[in-house]
Amino acid sequence: MEVLNTFFIAPVLDMADSPIFLLEVIIGGLMAGVMYSLVALGFVLIYKASGVFNYAQGAMVLFAALTLVGLLDNHVPLILAIILTMIVMVGVAFLIERYMLRHLVNQAQIILFMATIGLNFVFEGAGQIAWGSNVKKLDVGIPENSFEVGGVLINSFDLFAAVTAAVLVGVLAIFFQKTSVGRALRAVADDHQAALSVGIPLKTIWIIVWSVSGFVALVAGIMWGGKAGVQFSLVLIALKALPVLILGGFESVPGAIIGGLLIGVFEKVSEVYWGPAFGGAIEGWFAYMAALVFLMFRPQGLFGEKIIERV
Amino acid sequence: MSQERRIGDVILKVDNVSLAFGGVKALTNITFDVCEGEVRSIIGPNGAGKSSMLNCINGFYKPTEGIITFKGESHSQMETHQAASQGIARTFQNIALFKGMTTLDNVMTGRNLKMRKNFLWQSLYYGPAMREELEHREAAERVIDFLEIESIRKTVVGRLPYGLQKRVELARALAAEPDMLLLDEPMAGMNYEEKEDMCRYILDVNDEFGTTIVLIEHDMSVVMDISDRVVVLDYGQKIADGDPDEVRANQRVIDAYLGVQHD
Amino acid sequence: MFYREAGQFKSTYGADQAIFPIVQDRWFMVLVLLVSYVVVPMFADEYWYQAILIPFIILALAAVGLNILTGYCGQVSLGTGAFMAVGAYATYKLSTGFPELNIIIVFLMSGAIAAAVGIVFGLPSLRIKGFYLAVATLAAQFFILWVFNKVEWFFNYSPSGTITAPPREIFSVLITGPEASPEARYYVVLVFLTVFALAAKNMARGHLGRSWMAIRDMDIAAEIIGIRPLQTKLLAFAISSFYCGVAGALYIFCWLGSAETEAFDILNISFPVLFMVIVGGLGSVLGSILGAGFITLLPIFLTNAPPVIGLEISTELQKHIEEIIFGVMIIFFLIVEPHGFNRLWQIAKEKLRMWPFPY
Repeated sequence: MEVLNTFFIAPVLDMADSPIFLLEVIIGGLMAGVMYSLVALGFVLIYKASGVFNYAQGAMVLFAALTLVGLLDNHVPLILAIILTMIVMVGVAFLIERYMLRHLVNQAQIILFMATIGLNFVFEGAGQIAWGSNVKKLDVGIPENSFEVGGVLINSFDLFAAVTAAVLVGVLAIFFQKTSVGRALRAVADDHQAALSVGIPLKTIWIIVWSVSGFVALVAGIMWGGKAGVQFSLVLIALKALPVLILGGFESVPGAIIGGLLIGVFEKVSEVYWGPAFGGAIEGWFAYMAALVFLMFRPQGLFGEKIIERV
Repeated sequence: MSQERRIGDVILKVDNVSLAFGGVKALTNITFDVCEGEVRSIIGPNGAGKSSMLNCINGFYKPTEGIITFKGESHSQMETHQAASQGIARTFQNIALFKGMTTLDNVMTGRNLKMRKNFLWQSLYYGPAMREELEHREAAERVIDFLEIESIRKTVVGRLPYGLQKRVELARALAAEPDMLLLDEPMAGMNYEEKEDMCRYILDVNDEFGTTIVLIEHDMSVVMDISDRVVVLDYGQKIADGDPDEVRANQRVIDAYLGVQHD
Repeated sequence: MFYREAGQFKSTYGADQAIFPIVQDRWFMVLVLLVSYVVVPMFADEYWYQAILIPFIILALAAVGLNILTGYCGQVSLGTGAFMAVGAYATYKLSTGFPELNIIIVFLMSGAIAAAVGIVFGLPSLRIKGFYLAVATLAAQFFILWVFNKVEWFFNYSPSGTITAPPREIFSVLITGPEASPEARYYVVLVFLTVFALAAKNMARGHLGRSWMAIRDMDIAAEIIGIRPLQTKLLAFAISSFYCGVAGALYIFCWLGSAETEAFDILNISFPVLFMVIVGGLGSVLGSILGAGFITLLPIFLTNAPPVIGLEISTELQKHIEEIIFGVMIIFFLIVEPHGFNRLWQIAKEKLRMWPFPY
């Protein structure tokens, strides 16, 4: 009876008690979710186009953020710093294609996955050698005050992040749907060999995808770094993005977005209302468990089509 | 042909089976039967629902309606491994071998159902587990002998040429000592000689072990030569059923299929 | 020339199915056992035992376990650390709760408990496949470690939150805890590895191993020839977790002495052990052991190399350089030989067969 009370009745009563607070929690969750979406998006882009489950996405976020901070600390103007960082990320994409992907074509997915874990180490080490491993403040001039809408407190930084993410997704959608590069990308995502046979340059496509993914990582890095400082723990947001991926599907862009928002809200709400009942610190696994339970009932994920197996 | 072929009672009865994926109807009210010891063919144009029919018979697809009776036991829904343990084995249109394993291992896998020693015995690989393993090795070797694939026993099947892979797949199915063998286009993509070999093996299996055979095949001359009876499907419906001559003469079949292919 | 099967005729299927069908292989195995049981203890010192040999052997045991699941059965797991933690905490609870119980039996019981937990977290594998399953096993990783961190009962309410191996003996030789001699602990873990590696090899070449590989290579076809996917996968999860559980128990009791859940962190255990399996070769018991050697030795080598060649750099910088080199080595190895040490071993044998003739 007591168990029932702590886990089922009390949290619901708490929610009903103060709907405004619940709304604030949900909005807070959505804002955190935007961040997850951004990281998940980088994963999805690379997985779709090259079939690589890129564990190093989190390290790419750290690397991009570290590079940007390092440039800003050396008094490079903001816009120039962002452009330079972007150039670095393109260069990184080029190196990855040249020295890693090209040699691993047609290997089993798990081999590629392992290679990206290796890549993860390289990014971590290189970023910290180049720019040091202290926590750095990243200030790109986004206002941080809060304001009220109908009694609900909203942080303008979070709002800015959400808008940026929305714009980014919009731009990517147009890029994928309307441009010829986008069409080539989708073709490659569908079938490597078929795409090659109609003359799509696979290597160029890979560089583009990893660059775009690097760009997404930079945006995510600015947002996360601006909020919590640029530090080593940024790498761990990769682990935050994984439940989003299994929820939304590895190949679905909308899945990454919606999945990220869902996980964000779910995590915040459960932390606030159920956290005390579990004894706290549940954010490390709650999202995973939730995604796992969801998959048990719907193995194809949020947006996947029902799989008809053929023999 | 050494002994008189015996065609026995009905072993498999497909009664009013329908299958739908969402709104798409793959099979509509199919009824036919297979007698013990016969070679029964299912033919029809591409997309007629032949493979779906086999998939229903061995429980891989669950029919939306209808009942399948095998050896007197009726099922509307059946688990795939149940079908296997009742004595239904099959080969596949696109080869479904275990590519990372050797020919011998693939054939031995066909006998897995008959091996019972638990993992503790196996971890010792001694006494009963070893005896069991050797017994089945002998049985597997008989099949390997029968299909003349001794020389590739220890070769990983992923590296074998297509025709041999098809033969290994047949060996794996035979190793299970099935009562009924479902063959999904066993001769697709083969040259004339390979086809002849395969025909011979199929007839030998039928002859020597009395195995009932249900066959899907596109090569009309093969089908007409080796089948006892033929079912014709088109757009998921049965349009003819009978011995090869009857089917050949059937106007609907000629319209749907033969007429187009063999002018 | 020296390694060839020519002239070795087999007249029974039994001889053909033997674990080492070729005479030279049998001699090689005898040699390996001789070196590890007799020669190494004659030369090894405390540092060798504690820094290299014991962790290498324990992690090799975990790698063999993971290879059963990932290499033979094709189910990628990132939860190795958690399953090892289950073994370690179970051993701690059992050995402190029942001090008179023989420690070897406690190890095995803890393995069984880990197996049970493995079955629970293997259940999703029926519906979830590939990387989705890999990520799902992370749920086990994070959840289990959180439980061991949160529920004080598991570490006997010790204020530091650590578990410490109590001293236990077999045949009146102390084998666990800080007082135990390195030789004793070395022999314990070595016996465990020898027995379990042999058992794994036996399972892998019997019908169980064939069902696992069938599920790995083509699960649909496996089901159609009568292999039950769920039971087969769960058995792989159980046996793999059993191995990991025992390895986890040894990790604390015969190596670290005391630890917190952090010791079983994803970066400390799950990824490195998966690396060992991949670098060693999927679906190879011998490979797992070689892979474990490579992954345990590489960081030690990288740490010790700069001073030897006379390079003086700060530890901070050195740590990062190590990270980079480790990452590059992994990528390089995967590119050069994606099938791991096992394939290199096969190639070497192939070469030996011809040597000294070119072909």
